[in-house]
Amino acid sequence: MKSKKEIEDLISEASNLRWEIGNEFHDQLVEGIYADAAKISRKTIDAPNKTGIFSFDRKLDSILTSKRFGFPIMLGILSVVLWLTIEGANYPSGALASLLLDSLYPILKGFSGDLGIPWWIDGFLLDGVYLAVAWVISVMLPPMAIFFPLFTLLEDFGYLPRVAFNLDSLFNKAGAHGKQALTMTMGWGCNAAGVVSTRIIDSPRERLIAIITNNFSLCNGRWPTQILIATIFIGALVPSAFSGLLATGSVIFIALLGVGFMFLTSWLLSRTVLKGQVSTFALELPPYRPPRFWKTLYTSLIDRTMIVLWRAIVFAAPAGAVIWLISNIHIGDLTMANQMINGMDDFGLFIGLNGVILLAYIVAIPANEIVIPTILMLTVANLGITGIAPGEGVMFELETMETGEILKAGGWTLLTGINLMLFSLLHNPCSTTIYTIYKETKSVKWTAVASILPVLMGFIVTFLVTQFWLLLS
Amino acid sequence: MKLNTVNSPCEDCAFHNTAQLKRLGVSVKNADYVVALAGNPNTGKSTVFNALTGLRQHTGNWPGKTVVRAEGGFLYGEKQYKIVDLPGTYSLLSTSEDEEVARNFILFGRPDVTIIVVDASRLERNLNLVLQVLEITDKSVLCLNLMDEAKRHEIHVDDRTLSKQLGIPVVPTSARNNEGINRLLETVHQVAKNEIVCKPHRIKSLPGKVEKAITKLSAKLQKQYPRLPNTRWIAMRLLDGDPRIIQALEDHEFIPETT
Repeated sequence: MKSKKEIEDLISEASNLRWEIGNEFHDQLVEGIYADAAKISRKTIDAPNKTGIFSFDRKLDSILTSKRFGFPIMLGILSVVLWLTIEGANYPSGALASLLLDSLYPILKGFSGDLGIPWWIDGFLLDGVYLAVAWVISVMLPPMAIFFPLFTLLEDFGYLPRVAFNLDSLFNKAGAHGKQALTMTMGWGCNAAGVVSTRIIDSPRERLIAIITNNFSLCNGRWPTQILIATIFIGALVPSAFSGLLATGSVIFIALLGVGFMFLTSWLLSRTVLKGQVSTFALELPPYRPPRFWKTLYTSLIDRTMIVLWRAIVFAAPAGAVIWLISNIHIGDLTMANQMINGMDDFGLFIGLNGVILLAYIVAIPANEIVIPTILMLTVANLGITGIAPGEGVMFELETMETGEILKAGGWTLLTGINLMLFSLLHNPCSTTIYTIYKETKSVKWTAVASILPVLMGFIVTFLVTQFWLLLS
Repeated sequence: MKLNTVNSPCEDCAFHNTAQLKRLGVSVKNADYVVALAGNPNTGKSTVFNALTGLRQHTGNWPGKTVVRAEGGFLYGEKQYKIVDLPGTYSLLSTSEDEEVARNFILFGRPDVTIIVVDASRLERNLNLVLQVLEITDKSVLCLNLMDEAKRHEIHVDDRTLSKQLGIPVVPTSARNNEGINRLLETVHQVAKNEIVCKPHRIKSLPGKVEKAITKLSAKLQKQYPRLPNTRWIAMRLLDGDPRIIQALEDHEFIPETT
């Protein structure tokens, strides 16, 4: 162990010497390093065609990050990725649904009937847990299996930093960090992953803004909801030849609205409770690299799609059980589900939604993926419609149009559809994201802000839309 | 310096045995050697990490993607290796969080070998970090990665001269095509076992006055801590007034004379 005196001696010697050499030490050291690096490079690097190096990259950058084309290209790429996801996911989704729901489900039911399993065990496991999981797989897997690889290909190619570059000045105006563009796009896959990725932002103030506003990126659990509702209520407004296009357009509109809310909230936070300087940073535009197509496809399927899907299944199973239970346990004459729906219906209708939707969002806090099946099941149970659902509290998936019929029978209008799309964008993050926010911020206060702020905004926005709607109609 | 030359028949060649690489994923217990992966952002550290451990740490073409220190392991030459993927940094001199993480791990974690991953097509810029790492630790291997890209842009790097200049072994790789990984493994193994002794480059182009001050302070540190390999670098940090290093001195974080 060194004695204290010896160490103090060393430190004072250091400060004496620092005094002697003046305050340019840091610069001189950096200059020395650069000079050495240049010397070594001269001896080892041979590039005969110096001017041609990276000229392709520069040319491409001058287009992708140009003032005129930067934004339209971003929008175009987003549209193509979404359109491919929406159109491409239809067929595998249908195939999976017919396998898991139309074929396997009756077999399992028959099996348990033969074995003489009591109705409540059979109902709990098959009508609750199994159907919830089957629904999540058939609806979630195909769009994820298309969206994630496309996104990863763009990421490997090097497009993401260009997005950040394009959006930098907007983030600057909103008082946020330019790297928030990267965390925002990560959020389009999964908000929990987006929140973790904010670690690339050094300043705690700007990082907090990025964490709180990440929920405004439509996550993968919400894309299917948007797509389904847009198809039923908005796509149906025009002839069927154009309905896919209009539905895609309206989903893109909601996604961009989310970006708008993200900027607005960032701006509000940075002007009020999170005041401070915008920090500068150097963002390297990495070279474009041709993505290794098959490897990317494989790893994004295994690493991203399967992990997210597994999470959805883990949460869907207990949620399915809860839905089955509250739809089958009676308090007085009504089921628990009915009691809760009736209790929330007035407020729901007041903001242009309904009690079923609000209850569904409470049940589906663990995973946004299960919002739509929960809504359908609760609607049927509450209306007492028979002959469609296999039983009370059973999750089911139907043809899109049939889904529409049920919702319309439940009192839904175009306004309800639009408001659900808005509320799906503006509501609390899922429980995984909330937990992740707490782990990253270590603050109950900021976790609460990040969880409650979007719901309040959702209530206000749907209320205002409803009032305008009633005024105009 | 001993560089491996492949003249002998395959059976005698060290690389021949690279089939013995056993990827251990995250399970590392009682590692014989600890290896750090350092380098600029976006040079493919995580790809090298994945190639060595069999893990699938998320990779992507944007800087700053590795936000947590990832750890994994592999078995090679009957030795257990633990490998740590550090966040990519341009320098170790300023004080941003990721630079501190990388710097502290190399300085206080004292890895047995540090693999410095550089982009062969942007070597000069990458060398700034390399020269700083070499001031801190002498047991290093330069992984000259993205050789495929350098080739595509017609950039030729003379790896032998580079190795001589830097005083550490240089291994050209293209990690995403799994090229050069075997040679990298064997080289790391030899450095870990002290079969290759590094004589790392020291920063030379400094004004006389500055050099004198560094030498003076470094000598004093050397007297107090004879076993410390990087007194020159610590002297530089003290002259720069780095509060973390001053604190480390006060807290006795540097290993004392004899243990």
